[in-house]
Amino acid sequence: MSAGQKLLNWIDDRFPLTASWKAHLSEYYAPKNFNFWYFFGSLALLVLVLQIVTGIFLVMNYQPNAKLAFGSVEYIMRDVDWGWLIRYLHAIGASAFFVVVYLHMFRGLIYGSYRKPRELIWIFGVVIYVALMAEAFMGYLLPWGQMSFWGAQVIINLFNSIPVIGPDIGLWIRGDYVVSGATLNRFFSFHVIAVPIVLLALVVAHIIALHEVGSNNPDGIEIKKHKDANGIPLDGIPFHPYYTVKDIVGVAVFLIIFSAFVFFWPSGGGILLEPDNFLPANPLVTPPEIRPLWYFTPFYAILRAIPPMFDSQFPGVLVMGLAIVALFFLPWLDRSPVKSIRHRGGLYKFFVAIFVISFIALGYLGMQPVTPVHTLFGRIFSVLYFLFFVLMPWYTRVDKTKPEPERVTFKH
Amino acid sequence: MNLLKKLLFLAALLPGLALAETAITLDHAPIDLNNQASLQRGAKDFVNYCLSCHSAQYMRYSRLEALGLSEKQIQHNLLFTRNKVGDTMTVAMRQDDAKKWFGVAPPDLSVITRALGPNFVYTYLRSFYRDPARPTGWNNALFPNVAMPNVLANLQGDQVAVFKTHVDMVDGKPQKEKTFEHFELVQNGSMTPAQYNAMVGDLVNYLTWMAEPSKEQRLHTGVYVMIFLFAFFILAYYLKKEYWKDVH
Repeated sequence: MSAGQKLLNWIDDRFPLTASWKAHLSEYYAPKNFNFWYFFGSLALLVLVLQIVTGIFLVMNYQPNAKLAFGSVEYIMRDVDWGWLIRYLHAIGASAFFVVVYLHMFRGLIYGSYRKPRELIWIFGVVIYVALMAEAFMGYLLPWGQMSFWGAQVIINLFNSIPVIGPDIGLWIRGDYVVSGATLNRFFSFHVIAVPIVLLALVVAHIIALHEVGSNNPDGIEIKKHKDANGIPLDGIPFHPYYTVKDIVGVAVFLIIFSAFVFFWPSGGGILLEPDNFLPANPLVTPPEIRPLWYFTPFYAILRAIPPMFDSQFPGVLVMGLAIVALFFLPWLDRSPVKSIRHRGGLYKFFVAIFVISFIALGYLGMQPVTPVHTLFGRIFSVLYFLFFVLMPWYTRVDKTKPEPERVTFKH
Repeated sequence: MNLLKKLLFLAALLPGLALAETAITLDHAPIDLNNQASLQRGAKDFVNYCLSCHSAQYMRYSRLEALGLSEKQIQHNLLFTRNKVGDTMTVAMRQDDAKKWFGVAPPDLSVITRALGPNFVYTYLRSFYRDPARPTGWNNALFPNVAMPNVLANLQGDQVAVFKTHVDMVDGKPQKEKTFEHFELVQNGSMTPAQYNAMVGDLVNYLTWMAEPSKEQRLHTGVYVMIFLFAFFILAYYLKKEYWKDVH
């Protein structure tokens, strides 16, 4: 027996190293028909690691202090060796995270990956998405630019609109009557400690739940129905090495696109790095237009589409919240006999198209100044966004579906 | 950020002053970060004309070495304060005094072109005109009622602005509105208009460079990163193909 094997045995007697490796990688059988859409799960994990590693280096030089924060970011950009690279990777990485996560969620949506028995995977996933929003929102305050400050001010003020307890909640979140150094300190604490811990725990839960029931696939059928004599799914292949080598190709393509932005177009035309955030936060000067970064704008557009009722912004806040909460109910709203879009009828495809168009249109409208035309379109697309969920029990039931195949379709 | 937004933002810097309607369009700033001579001239003009009131507190003098200047040259030609070459470009004027004198502290210029855009700054510096109604005697067509006087007047000369007045109905009442038409040079400066435009162009070129001095390293590194990633992609692609041969 080699020394390496001896060491491994020694460890395995004390810790399930080989067993874990097998359970989650070398003997985790994934359907062999994964397509393009299946890259985004592993890419989300990659971006998470990227954000944590770059974040660690940023914290070494960043000052969570209202007087020093803005300057410390410029210090990182100018005086810290490779600081500009670390900062751009982290700032653009936040946008990349949302791109990857939105595509990952869309994959789950069209292939019915949220359906029984994968409801908990989906729910953990939506909680991860909510935690990610909190992480991004608090992180955006840290550079202490004009848009950092006023964006936080506006979003926290939304809590003020909650009846009775709202103003106290706003005060509790800020730790002050306005966004101030106290807010910056606590957001820093949440951004670098609390939320990342929650995120990591949720990601582990997401993957454990996935490996418990097994992966869905573009055909939306269970590969565990057909097993060989050894109990291995006939349409399954070991995750390692097959999907590890495949995901590396995805990583290469992702990094090429990501690096194109980081090195050649970090501002992304003012969408990834907003011009207003190159002005230091000034509580006395309100920017003419306050808008969140692009990944929040669909929900921001919904918020602005709802008119104040009874002298309160609360209805808008409530509806915006519902737009996210609706995602949790997806597993029970869908009544179709099939999972994957491949075997569904035209009615379902029509509603998915409506949903995608509404989401993108709302994202665009959320970046635009408020005009009567924009508000009108905001309302139309908000209604369409909700119709996708509200009508789902109906259109998924009456939709003409095609029979599911027995085995997965796989073209070599 | 569009022009109107910028104007509204800048107007907000001035408490209690209404925004006059302007019809001025942004001119295109001649930005060329590879033109070292232009950047050097811009740096010289920046320390001479801007740095007495405006700081660039995140920019180190020593960084000017990237423009082909030696430490000695920086020390003797560009450093007029008691600062050392390794220091950042701070100003002696205290923020509180500045507020008292001008009503508003002159903003730090380290990243000003990233906030407002080079075209805005280029147009702004060429849009000052004589206005006896203002405490400084100067107004700006792009940034009406700005606190800053035309510090480059000796070079540019004195401009007056020609406005078209027209009557608009606001809330049912007739109200006089002014729309900017063009400038007229009433007294020549030490530079011709073409020379002045070139000088402001160099200055804005420098400001743009100073807003992100690591840009050159970013682009340079990016090329190598891309070459590596494409090679990595090809290897990864064939590795995947090799492994997946036996999946049927």
